[in-house]
Amino acid sequence: MCLGIPGRITAIVDEQAMLAEVDVSGVRRQVDVLCVAEPGKPLAELVGAWVLVHVGFAMSRIDEAEAQETLRLLASMDELAGELDAMRNSARA
Amino acid sequence: MQFVKEFRNPHLAEALLAQISLVAERIGRTRKNPVTVMEVCGGHTHTIFRYGLDRRLPANIEFAHGPGCPVCVLPKGRIEDAITIAHRPGVILTTFGDAMRVPGGSGSLLQARAAGADVRMVYSPLDALALARANPARQVVFFALGFETTAPSTALTVLRANAENISNFSILCQHITIIPTLRALLEQPDFTVDGFIGPGHVSMVIGTEPYAFIAQDFKRPLVVAGFEPLDILQSLLMVLLQIEAGDARVENQYARVVAPQGNPAAMAAIARVYEVREACEWRGLGQIAGSGLQLRAEWSRFDAEKRFAVLPHHLADQEQCRCGDVLTGRIKPPQCQAFGRTCSPDHPSGALMVSSEGACAAYYEYHGVGEAA
Repeated sequence: MCLGIPGRITAIVDEQAMLAEVDVSGVRRQVDVLCVAEPGKPLAELVGAWVLVHVGFAMSRIDEAEAQETLRLLASMDELAGELDAMRNSARA
Repeated sequence: MQFVKEFRNPHLAEALLAQISLVAERIGRTRKNPVTVMEVCGGHTHTIFRYGLDRRLPANIEFAHGPGCPVCVLPKGRIEDAITIAHRPGVILTTFGDAMRVPGGSGSLLQARAAGADVRMVYSPLDALALARANPARQVVFFALGFETTAPSTALTVLRANAENISNFSILCQHITIIPTLRALLEQPDFTVDGFIGPGHVSMVIGTEPYAFIAQDFKRPLVVAGFEPLDILQSLLMVLLQIEAGDARVENQYARVVAPQGNPAAMAAIARVYEVREACEWRGLGQIAGSGLQLRAEWSRFDAEKRFAVLPHHLADQEQCRCGDVLTGRIKPPQCQAFGRTCSPDHPSGALMVSSEGACAAYYEYHGVGEAA
């Protein structure tokens, strides 16, 4: 209930009722997109967006740039760890 | 799925664990007691056990499993309220699957169903509303529970019912909020948790600002975290680095989902539909003032408490269960007398044993009965 599943918006079902179809790992379901809609913009712009779905509601758009940034940080930390290992081993040798 | 595999990369997990060990070692040089970090959210508890993260931590770092599992803190009296309504003639009572197994005073909702009540599991409050549309001669009640993560979905469903003028639909509202609860924990004199891994999906709704008091007034770091193993490990590392530096700040590891300001549309729905419920009981923790939500008077025609004249009532927790001590990080699940004896996932007596996000159920599934870690 609290975990949420990432899904991709495939179509707008009812613009007025704020309902869209989301594909969650191959399972399609109608979800309420009011919480991820941008005020004043047509819902059609959401098609293709990745969202986090909680109990039938899209609650957040998944920000790809932020995800890449976190992964980049993790990767650079891994590189740093490799460097540190190399330093340590070299000092022992 | 988007960014799920990437955040389960075992190679990066090892690298993070190595970093955590280094920081833990440095902290251990100046500090005798272990560092306790509470993951507030039951979803985090589940990830920690599922991936065995707790077994990989250095000896002086411990997780405490917090109260952020809404099913686990469902008070017995409230289950009885739901059962009472479910037995009224013509009622279809709907709720999330986990809530159906939580024991009340006279059994669970699942047992009420076996006894003839029309109790149905739904995935979404929208599905409960669809049932009301399809069954105009029946009264459809949605037993709504959850933190700020699911409170907006119930609120938006009430607004939808109102817009469509669906008169045979109502809500038994058991939504709760995490901030008053964290404050209540921090105000307990024997609360020894050093820092927090903050709930990712509550924060997705409320943003990061509401946690500021934890850093400012209680001098504890909090890092809002995602739900994959790398998210948890990175967040733990961020908490430990703050502790090492003597810092107490709110940080956001889960920026791909959580915006600092939260979700304004979801917050607006909460504000429009609910008001604070002053007297709110939590299983294992007792009354926490101002921690509940109830429908505003404006929406009382959708309020099942009003429609069926059922007020929240109190039933004492099981005496042998120590759910409260587990929820506040005072003991680990196997230290409870009932754990694995009179309380197991098949026959839960405490709610922490019901949900897969409950600390006791996770412990039972991944560590077994005999092991007290």
